[in-house]
Amino acid sequence: MTQDQLWEQLYRSMLRVRRVEEKIIDVYWSDKIKSPVHLSIGQEAVATGVCEALEPEDILFATYRSHHAYLAKGGDMNAMIAELYGKVTGCARGKGGSMHLIDPEHGVAGTSAVVGTTIANALGYAFAVKLRKEKKVVAVFFGDGAVDEGVFHESMNFAALKKLPVLFICENNQFAVHSDHLTRRLKDNLIERVGVYDVPAQRIEGNDVLAIHEQTAKAVQAIRDGDGPQFLECMTYRWKEHVGPGDDFHLGYRTPEEMQPWIDDDQLIRAEKKIDADIVSTIKAEVETEVTEAFEFAEESPFPDASELHAHVYAD
Amino acid sequence: MSTQTESGVRTLTYAEAIHEATDQEMERDPGVIVLGIGVDDAKGIYGTTTGLQEKYGPDRVFDTPLAEDAMTGMIIGAAQAGLRPIHAHIRMDFVLLAMNQLVNVAAKSHYMFGGATSVPIVVRSYIGRSWGQGPQHSQALHSFFMHVPGFKVVAPTNAYDAKGLMTASIRDNNPVMFIEHRLFTATEAEVPEASYEVPFGQARVTKTGSDVTIVGISYMALEAYRAAGYLEEVGIDAEVIDPVSLTPLDIDTIHESVKKTGRLLVVDNGWLTCGAGAEIITSVIEAVDGDQPISVKRMGFEQVTCPTTPGLEDDFYPNAQTIASAANKMVKGNDSDWAPESRGSVEAAEFKGPF
Repeated sequence: MTQDQLWEQLYRSMLRVRRVEEKIIDVYWSDKIKSPVHLSIGQEAVATGVCEALEPEDILFATYRSHHAYLAKGGDMNAMIAELYGKVTGCARGKGGSMHLIDPEHGVAGTSAVVGTTIANALGYAFAVKLRKEKKVVAVFFGDGAVDEGVFHESMNFAALKKLPVLFICENNQFAVHSDHLTRRLKDNLIERVGVYDVPAQRIEGNDVLAIHEQTAKAVQAIRDGDGPQFLECMTYRWKEHVGPGDDFHLGYRTPEEMQPWIDDDQLIRAEKKIDADIVSTIKAEVETEVTEAFEFAEESPFPDASELHAHVYAD
Repeated sequence: MSTQTESGVRTLTYAEAIHEATDQEMERDPGVIVLGIGVDDAKGIYGTTTGLQEKYGPDRVFDTPLAEDAMTGMIIGAAQAGLRPIHAHIRMDFVLLAMNQLVNVAAKSHYMFGGATSVPIVVRSYIGRSWGQGPQHSQALHSFFMHVPGFKVVAPTNAYDAKGLMTASIRDNNPVMFIEHRLFTATEAEVPEASYEVPFGQARVTKTGSDVTIVGISYMALEAYRAAGYLEEVGIDAEVIDPVSLTPLDIDTIHESVKKTGRLLVVDNGWLTCGAGAEIITSVIEAVDGDQPISVKRMGFEQVTCPTTPGLEDDFYPNAQTIASAANKMVKGNDSDWAPESRGSVEAAEFKGPF
């Protein structure tokens, strides 16, 4: 793949996420989406950089803030939007909503509303992959809040112990809800702490989509070579409120000035500038059509029948 | 182990029966794995996992870090990927460390993902008395799991059911809480060598009778059966039911019995408040729906933390004598103050502990 082609892919992937979430913001006031949404605007570069370095058969686990990861991994857009609308055509038949996206066909194995839980689930999937001698990589996204949880440390230990094919991606947007990471730990030294478990770890500054992609590609290769788990801490920034479609500077825990450098360095704009204007126009038009059709699909789809209430309590 | 008959039925202990079911399923399905703290050590979870690592290798049978939370999350992910993990806990008290993964993920995944994934796991845990287990080594928390949709919860009380339910649990596509009472591990029953399944949601009538229905959960199924023997001394014909499976629960069998006896005594191997006994009695009353007058009573652990010292521990648990005495009162009235002479649990009296 040429560098130009790579930029086009990165751009398309980030644009899909951005436009889907902007459309969610537009629609949200209408109350048609009765699901809490944790928007990933501003963090697209992490999902895109990582997922563009994965293969379709690789596996992804993520969190309640995963519109970006789901789409970047190849999750079905129609099924995602329908899920937000609570429609039966949704990826979880409307029963999960925005926080419980899944698309096994495209390797999206699940997301959770409880911080840290999918880290351990990724271990198990990776254990199965290794037991069956498959070459898949299991990537798991989590935020900087999750590294406070005990399960994170238990999982680092086990992944290292069993040399599991797991790629840990910490999206460090520096806030757990409204709590700054340095109010929750003594030092900004996650990489050192992960290193103690003998899991190779590195931090990527500045939400740099190209660097994230390059480092992920190297980490993925190491995992496929049998070197065991790898860890990337990707520094990023959430532009919207913790949950919901709005801004939250009125809450006082951060300022517009603090966010401005991240907006100035928007990776979507950066990618757009790397690509010929004609190609940008084509990609924009294609993405616009895809997004419009996904929302139309969701609008037109039916809600689940009442009989669905009692379906899926147990698997057959 | 006694000699085998022509039909392949032998006498096995409860622990041997669980071992045999696990071994047969591991042989049949390479996706079955066994893990937990101590599964590969010399004691092998009361012998239930002994030798499995030698036979199937350390990739399929392995000791784990003391990390119940992550290990439970791990088996959930492995199950989503198509494996069938069996996770053994030497005490149910330790399962509390895994409640987030069990309640928030295992029980809910099939539903909250609209059927797009499933979590076939077997979570084994030991409950119960035998002397001196005290506050944090004795708890039976089956009602916690009955409360949450998505689990199957079983508490087999003999070697036959233990083998058949273990086989059924491993093959089931849902999270199964498989609850074993310590005092059963050495008890024996006739068990077929060939693989078989005991179905979920089917209670077992262990003694028929017409005067009072006694439902006993887990170890209390055995104490209730003994109590029925004592009750014969005073002319009371008790029917004894072992639910076997708590979720799904076979209310029909209990309801049918109560139609006949008009009296229901539920003896739980757990606390009463918001417990399995309350659930069973309420379900039966709803099923009866005013068609006949019935009297009901619950017995179970005293509503206190389990004390370690022997005298207090004896009073904490119901036993065959206290069950018989309560059933007698239900049949003959509160003025009838009778209790059989035998006292206490035979297995607990024989137990020479601590492990």
